[in-house]
Amino acid sequence: MTAPIVEFKNITYAYEDKIALDNISLTLPKGAFLGLVGPNGGGKTTLIKLLLGVLKPQQGSINLFEKDIDQFKAWHKIGFVSQKANAFNRGFPATVKEVVGTGLTAQIGYLKLFTNKHRQKVKEAVALVGMSKYLNQNIGDLSGGQQQRVFIARALVSDPELLILDEPTVGIDTENVQKFYELLATLNREKGITLLLVSHDIGTMTKHANGIACLNKEIHFHGDTSSFNQLSEQRLSKFYGHDLNVVTHQH
Amino acid sequence: MFSQFFEFEFLRTTFYTGLIIGLIAPLLGTFVVVRRLALIADGLSHVTLAGIAFGLFMDKKYGLATLTPFTTGTIFSVFGALLIEKLRTVYKSYQDLAIPIILSGGVGLSVIFIALADGLNNDLYSYLFGSVSAVSRTDFNTIRIIAVVVLTLMIVFYKELFMLSFDEEHAEVSGIHAKRIHLLFILLTALVISASIRIVGVLLVSALMTLPVAASIRIAKGFKQTIIYSIIFGEASVIFGIISGYYLEIPPGGTIVMVSISILFITILAKNAWVSLQRKKAV
Repeated sequence: MTAPIVEFKNITYAYEDKIALDNISLTLPKGAFLGLVGPNGGGKTTLIKLLLGVLKPQQGSINLFEKDIDQFKAWHKIGFVSQKANAFNRGFPATVKEVVGTGLTAQIGYLKLFTNKHRQKVKEAVALVGMSKYLNQNIGDLSGGQQQRVFIARALVSDPELLILDEPTVGIDTENVQKFYELLATLNREKGITLLLVSHDIGTMTKHANGIACLNKEIHFHGDTSSFNQLSEQRLSKFYGHDLNVVTHQH
Repeated sequence: MFSQFFEFEFLRTTFYTGLIIGLIAPLLGTFVVVRRLALIADGLSHVTLAGIAFGLFMDKKYGLATLTPFTTGTIFSVFGALLIEKLRTVYKSYQDLAIPIILSGGVGLSVIFIALADGLNNDLYSYLFGSVSAVSRTDFNTIRIIAVVVLTLMIVFYKELFMLSFDEEHAEVSGIHAKRIHLLFILLTALVISASIRIVGVLLVSALMTLPVAASIRIAKGFKQTIIYSIIFGEASVIFGIISGYYLEIPPGGTIVMVSISILFITILAKNAWVSLQRKKAV
C-alpha cells in the first residue's frame, strides 16, 4: 500500500477559546478523490488552512508527501482553488493567460523571469480545462463557470499531485456545476491527480468522489461513498447537529 | 517648436526628466489603480510636501546646501510610506484610515515648516504646481538613479506584484512574501512620487499616476497592455504638457493634467462609440 500523501495526526486547533478541530486524524492516499463535508463552522476551512501551512496546529502533526509540514518545501505539488477565488475584482484588466500564469509564480521563484517554457505550460493548463479559445480574453468578461475553470487551470499549471478545492461551485449554475464535477473526475481518473474537495453538496459529491469524510470539529465518518450512502439520516443529522435532507442528483 | 528644448540645457533636462516620469509614474500607477490604492499617492505627495518645506526651512535657517528640498522630500516620502504600512497593520479592519492620517499629518507639518521658513515663495510655488525650469542637474541625476532602481525592481518583481494585485490570498497561500512585496511596492511608489514632483507638482502628482491608467483600463485587454497604453498616455501628457506649459508660461503640472484629462475623455467617448457601433452591427 502506498504511503498517504496527506496525513493529519491528532490535530487540535482553537481560535482563542473556541475549538475548531478536536483531535483530528485523517489520511489521504495517492489517487483518492475525497469529499470533505460538514456544517458551517465545522472546521473544514480551518483544516484546509492547516494543510496549506497558513495556520499552525496547536497540537498534533501534519505530513505532506511523507514529510513533516515544517520541512515540506515542494508546495508546487499542491494546487488550491479557494472559495473566494471568484470574488475577485471583475474590472481587473487581466487575461486568462495572465491569471493562469500566476500559478507558476512561486514555482519559478524570486528574481527569475517568465520564459517561453512557462508560456507553453500556461497554454497546456488552459487547454486541459477546455478554455483555449478564451486565452486572451479578460477574465472579468467570462461567466462564473468559465472563471472557475480558469482558477482550476491556475491551480493545475504547476503540475500538482494534490488539488484542494474549497467550496468551488458556490455561485455557479447547476449545468456548469455538473460539467465542473465531470472535469474533476477526469483529472482524477486520467491525470491521477489526488483531489480533496470541500463542499456542502453531499448529493453530487457522493456521485463523483470515491471517499467521504464528515467533519464537525471531529471526524464523524471517513470511508468510501457506498458506505456513506448506507448511513441512516438520523446518523447524518447527528454529524450536522440539525435535521438534514440529503438530495441525490439524478443526472 | 522643439528646437528650444534642445538648445537650452535647463529645458533639455526638464524634457528628459519629463520622459522619465512619463514612464515610471503610469507604470507604478497601474498597480496603484488596480489595487484600489489611488489615494495613497495623494497621501504620500503631501508627506513629500512636508519634507520639501522642511528642506526649504533648513536651507533658509542654516543654509544647508547639500540637503536640498528635493532630497528631504524624498526622505519624508519614504518614511511616509513606511508609516502608512505600520498604520495599516495597527488598523487592520480600517486600513484606509492610514491615508487620511498621513495626508493630514503631511499638510499639518507642511504648514508649520512653510511658516517657519517665512511663508510661501516662488520656490515653494514651483514644488506645488511643477516648473519647466526647476530641475537642477543634481535633481536630474537623483531622478535618473530613482528611475533605474524602480525599473529594475519592477521588472524583477513583476510576476509577484501582479499576483499580489490580482489575488492576495492566493499569493500568500502559494508562499509569496506578500508583506515584503507590498512594502517594496509602497517604497517604489514613494520614490516615483518624489521624482515626479519637480515637473508635475505636489498637488497634481497623483493625477499622473492615475489618469493615464483610467484611460488605458477602458480600452486595454489584459494587464501588460494596460501598462503599455498607460505609459503611452503618460508620455503624451508629459510631452504636450511641458511644451504647452513653457510657451503659455503656465506651470506644467496644470497643462500635463489637462492633457491627461483630455485623453481620458477622448478614450471614454471613443470606447462608447465603438461599443454602440458593435451593437448596431449585431442587430
